[in-house]
Amino acid sequence: MAVSIPKKLSLDKYGPLIALVALVIVSTILYPRFIEIRNLLNILRQVSYTGIIALGMTFVIISGGIDLSVGSMTALAGAFAILTLNAVTQGLMMFSPGWLGTLLSILAAAAVSIVIGLAAGFVNGFLVTKGRIAPFIVTLGTMAIFRSLTLYIGKAGEFRSVSSSYGDMGMSVILGIPLPVWIFFILAALLSFVLNRTKFGRYVCAVGSNEKVARYSAINVDKVRLISYVIVGLMVGITAVLISARLNSLSSTNAGKDYEMDAIAAVVIGGTAMTGGKGSVWGSVIGAMILGIINNMLNMLGVSPYLQGLVKGIVIIGAVSIQRGWFNNGRTEK
Amino acid sequence: MEVIVKTEGIAKEFSSVRVLNDISVEIRAGEVFGIIGENGAGKSTFIKILAGLYQPTAGKLWFDGKAVEIRNPADARGIGISLIPQEFNLVSDLCVYENIFLGEELVQKNGFLDIKAMVSRTRQLLSELDVSSIDPYARIQDLSVAQKQMVEIAKAIAFDSRFLIMDEPTTMLTSKEVEILFRLIERLKAHGVTIVYISHKLKEVKRICDRVMVLRDGEFISLEEIANIGIDEMARRMVGRELKEIFPEKKPAAGEVVLSVHNLSVEGLLHDISFDLHVGEVLGFAGLIGAGRTELAETIMGLRRAESGEISLRGKPLQLRKPWDAVHAGLSYLSEDRQGSGIITSFDVVKNITLTSLREYAKPFISQKAEIEKSKFYVDRFSIKIPSLFAKLEQLSGGNQQKVSLAKSIDTQPKIIIIDEPTRGIDVKAKRDIYVFVRGLANAGISVIFISSELEEIIGMCDRVLIMRSGRIVGELPSEKLSEEEIMYFATGIKGGY
Repeated sequence: MAVSIPKKLSLDKYGPLIALVALVIVSTILYPRFIEIRNLLNILRQVSYTGIIALGMTFVIISGGIDLSVGSMTALAGAFAILTLNAVTQGLMMFSPGWLGTLLSILAAAAVSIVIGLAAGFVNGFLVTKGRIAPFIVTLGTMAIFRSLTLYIGKAGEFRSVSSSYGDMGMSVILGIPLPVWIFFILAALLSFVLNRTKFGRYVCAVGSNEKVARYSAINVDKVRLISYVIVGLMVGITAVLISARLNSLSSTNAGKDYEMDAIAAVVIGGTAMTGGKGSVWGSVIGAMILGIINNMLNMLGVSPYLQGLVKGIVIIGAVSIQRGWFNNGRTEK
Repeated sequence: MEVIVKTEGIAKEFSSVRVLNDISVEIRAGEVFGIIGENGAGKSTFIKILAGLYQPTAGKLWFDGKAVEIRNPADARGIGISLIPQEFNLVSDLCVYENIFLGEELVQKNGFLDIKAMVSRTRQLLSELDVSSIDPYARIQDLSVAQKQMVEIAKAIAFDSRFLIMDEPTTMLTSKEVEILFRLIERLKAHGVTIVYISHKLKEVKRICDRVMVLRDGEFISLEEIANIGIDEMARRMVGRELKEIFPEKKPAAGEVVLSVHNLSVEGLLHDISFDLHVGEVLGFAGLIGAGRTELAETIMGLRRAESGEISLRGKPLQLRKPWDAVHAGLSYLSEDRQGSGIITSFDVVKNITLTSLREYAKPFISQKAEIEKSKFYVDRFSIKIPSLFAKLEQLSGGNQQKVSLAKSIDTQPKIIIIDEPTRGIDVKAKRDIYVFVRGLANAGISVIFISSELEEIIGMCDRVLIMRSGRIVGELPSEKLSEEEIMYFATGIKGGY
């Protein structure tokens, strides 16, 4: 059977990629040093933190939900990562264990951060599914709760790591590419596979497209939605480790600030429908890169940092209006 | 006699499927104009064009001798055309007078609502209709179906409608209420109101209408003075072929009992439902809309929780805890609400077909090759017409969507399949395909529960029929005793108690 792809579809699919390529070309013309490897790697590193969260956010949004709590959740998980790191490092000090102790403390920190992320995601998912509360409200609430807990534990100050090796890990570069970028791309490949080639991924799309059909198709709708929040929690746990290691400290007031905005923006710019039902993990990667490049260019061109939010806002609204079909003969989605 | 509505070459297409073709008629002022035809014949489309709900793809309209364009329901109301839809258009939380004046509220000089005037006008209308027993302050949700219909009629004539369209007005009425409605129609007629009367019930049409138009597959078949056409002839023209031709031959199989439902109850919906389903049987469930048939199907599938009672499969009790349990036990359900709960219109053909049975293709990763192969198989077997396997369902016609939906529900390899209103809104050819296929399933030893509100389909397809009313099974008829009258006696409560 012949497979014909209508033009509209291909624009849906490749729109974000075309935008990215166009942006790279324009940026290079405006500022030739943009295309230097060092600058590009720098951009990638910058976007990888919220980019990793965006990967998980993709699932939540496709399933018809949203998670506003990811920024505060990053702060909370990161705080616990550093607290664990310090406790384990100090606890092992008397044995003077050398590199093994360092490894152990970092692993413990990462494990705790990930567990906190998973648990926080579970709480969000549980309240959304079993509590039957709108995701917007649930995560608005937990956003305040997670931040408040972080501030309380850190007495509104900074969590400082006592292990310089943690910071070294955060800054580490493998085969010329920074660690967070590696993790970002590996996770993207993994989650893209999950979305496209597993039952769960298909179910996420089904639930987001039409929950009732999903229910009638013997899909455990609550479980699918719950797991999508747990996935974003897992991503937050990983990001929290990377960002706290990068700075080797974590500010209880500022850590993870506006991460929800960047993550949701990356997902939307990447072509995932806010109405749920369809989307792409690699699209979100591209969305994150587009945001990063715009930031980078605004910096290079000397635009006031106060105006960067304005540009970001316009890009998000523009991306959604394109999805809505302004450029699709005025056809809107149901 | 004066002509009030004239149509010329009215046609309607939906995504290039022609559902109404070249209708040219003259409707006379003050007559009761009957329209009959099977489901999908184009009756609803025709009246929706008159009422401004649809725009015709081609053709012209005259009202009272003037060429008119009816772009929306407000236009229709403006020139005096009102439609009383099958599903009422009343706000159930508001009371009677508020509904009658909804969107047309009477206002005092100071800008506040003139409630007094609205209530007294409502009283007057209701007494004109001889139903002064309805309180203008009563909430719609507290009224009976018949009373709601009277309110709809009152709403229509409140604004001097001279042209009233009634779509299947008697479907949910008892015979006594039908009499009241008919007296009302006579009175409206005496006041010079023109009535377009759509019904499946040919006896009523024969009794109340002055002329009758027959539509079939979107085509005009005939327009006749009622005196010149008998009920049999009406039926023959509606169907256009012998019934036997469209239904496959029955092969009643009295195999062992596969599914047994015992005293099943769901609060307020189902009461003490008990029945047996045999291997290879097509068991019909007839009844009026709202009789509880869909709710029963949903309960058997575990989509609703039963309050009491037992469902057993081959003698073993069926435990329904998770959504997958019923499917795993070999049950499958084809929903009556195709787009609401049957298929995902934004998914392609392949993803829809494998949605319920996905775990068969994911071990642990989805094999797209296997999915496509299986989908091709169904597309060939059901002659589903699609531009590509990756076409979104929203691009397909109703009949092809329904075939995909059917493929989806049998891809779980069920032993028992519950098919709910499988031919609603699809064309005759697709219907025939579905009938043949359903009979094929039964012949292959699969037991079928066949829910339909179309009596001829129930009669043509089923080996045995249970009739439901108000959440109860009120009658059972074997194949040889099936007739529309007999079923309706049970469905409306003339037979069967309660």
